[in-house]
Amino acid sequence: MTRARLALTVTVAALLTVACGGDDGDSAAAADPGEASQVPSGRVTVLAAASLTESFEHLADELQTTHPDLEIVYSFGSSSGLVEQLLSGAPADVLATADTTTMDEAVAGGVVDGEPRIFARNTLALAVPAGNPGNVTGLADLANEDLRVAICEPQVPCGGAAQRLLDAAGVTAAPDTLTTDVKEAASLVALGEADAALIYLTDAAAEGDAVETVDVPDAEDVVSDYPVAVLADAPNPEGARAVVDAITGEPGRVILGEAGFLEP
Amino acid sequence: MNPTRRTEDLRVPAGLLIPAALGVAILVLPMAGLVVRAPWSDLPSILASDEVLTALRLSLVTATVATAAALACGVPIAWLLARTTLPGRSVLRGLVTVPLVLPPVVGGVALLMVFGRRGLVGGWLYDTFGISLPFTTEAVVLAQVFVAMPFLVVAVEGALRTADRRYDDVAATLGATSWTTFRRVTLPAVTPGVLAGAVLCWARALGEFGATVTFAGSFPGTTRTLPLEAYVAINSGDSDVAIVLSLLMIAVSVTILVGLRERWIGTA
Repeated sequence: MTRARLALTVTVAALLTVACGGDDGDSAAAADPGEASQVPSGRVTVLAAASLTESFEHLADELQTTHPDLEIVYSFGSSSGLVEQLLSGAPADVLATADTTTMDEAVAGGVVDGEPRIFARNTLALAVPAGNPGNVTGLADLANEDLRVAICEPQVPCGGAAQRLLDAAGVTAAPDTLTTDVKEAASLVALGEADAALIYLTDAAAEGDAVETVDVPDAEDVVSDYPVAVLADAPNPEGARAVVDAITGEPGRVILGEAGFLEP
Repeated sequence: MNPTRRTEDLRVPAGLLIPAALGVAILVLPMAGLVVRAPWSDLPSILASDEVLTALRLSLVTATVATAAALACGVPIAWLLARTTLPGRSVLRGLVTVPLVLPPVVGGVALLMVFGRRGLVGGWLYDTFGISLPFTTEAVVLAQVFVAMPFLVVAVEGALRTADRRYDDVAATLGATSWTTFRRVTLPAVTPGVLAGAVLCWARALGEFGATVTFAGSFPGTTRTLPLEAYVAINSGDSDVAIVLSLLMIAVSVTILVGLRERWIGTA
């Protein structure tokens, strides 16, 4: 009997995971809309661009003090991958992407409630491992076949931004690996496996001493806008609005500013 | 065959039937879903696209080289495990089969720490010979060998254990060296087991994702195999390509399993 029940529990758990799809499906599946409708409470599932990882986790800690009843669950990944999950029906409350192109796809797909708001902006940095073992001096070095270069996949926001920056500089890069999100590229530099990578300034800062940046003239001309929106099928719309208010309001402004994001 | 036995078989308790049906649904529905969602009209053009063909070619080449390497090292490992009384054999068996249950991405991290440019072995390779493995096709093969060779070792060891050892003993009494006995007597006797192991190993290598993306990276033509191409497609919002690639890999897997079925049923 106990064994049968265990088997059933396992099967149901597996079914739920399958039903939700995506790596973080199980947490989203258990989303609790919350009983009280006045005070935002319960679980809020936030799908966010990988480059927001540190800032948003910091923000969740801050919200613990002001909204103790809110439980924020993050799923970080490439913006385009997150939008794809949403269009396939992944249950979530908030979407924050690293560019407007991916957010526009979500809007066009009808999964967004209302108008997305730009809450931060970011620029790219040419990141190298501490000590700059590849003697990288500028964007032109990314065309060097002998250097190990990591760039984001062109269809994901950091890859699109990298392409714009390279185009503007007239450089045809010779990457050795194309990562599906910016954190992957940042880790490769931090580990010393890549000699150079184009990542966001904020990701280079988040890697601390393991990563240095090389000055790129005009890097500030290629700016990525970060929009955030409440989702149309949000299981917890009140909680979602509270989180979006925090992201676009004072707590978000301070935390994102500390991480190196620009104000919108 | 027997009519009374057949009616007995039909009386399946609901306590077994319902969970079994649920289990089958979990296993089969996702694949059926892919077939339903497949962009059938665009299928030929997607299959014939440069990205897919490049990834397919890379996958076939790397999985085949990885299987050859796994055969070269895995058969001797299986022989050591099955035919010798080496001390610490069970520990060795445990160690070489760990990748069977290890998340492949853990294998990728481990490979990066050892063979990466700043790794234990990789650092020496790089400083001495200027060889750096990550982001190369060789790294893809290494990742596949790491993940897939245990399948071959387990299959071959099983075959060696069930094979009749008296032929080996006879060969030895007739004066054959142990190496000749292995080549001329032992190996031919377990050829079906070795082939089955090689096919399983090849299929596992073909489907390798986690260790590959972590250790070898992802670049078209060099390291981006079919599973990586599917992952990139779904993360770039190109679900049609991801579905077609998934169908392609399911077709390969099903073909292999059907090919092996007779053998599996035979040994069951």
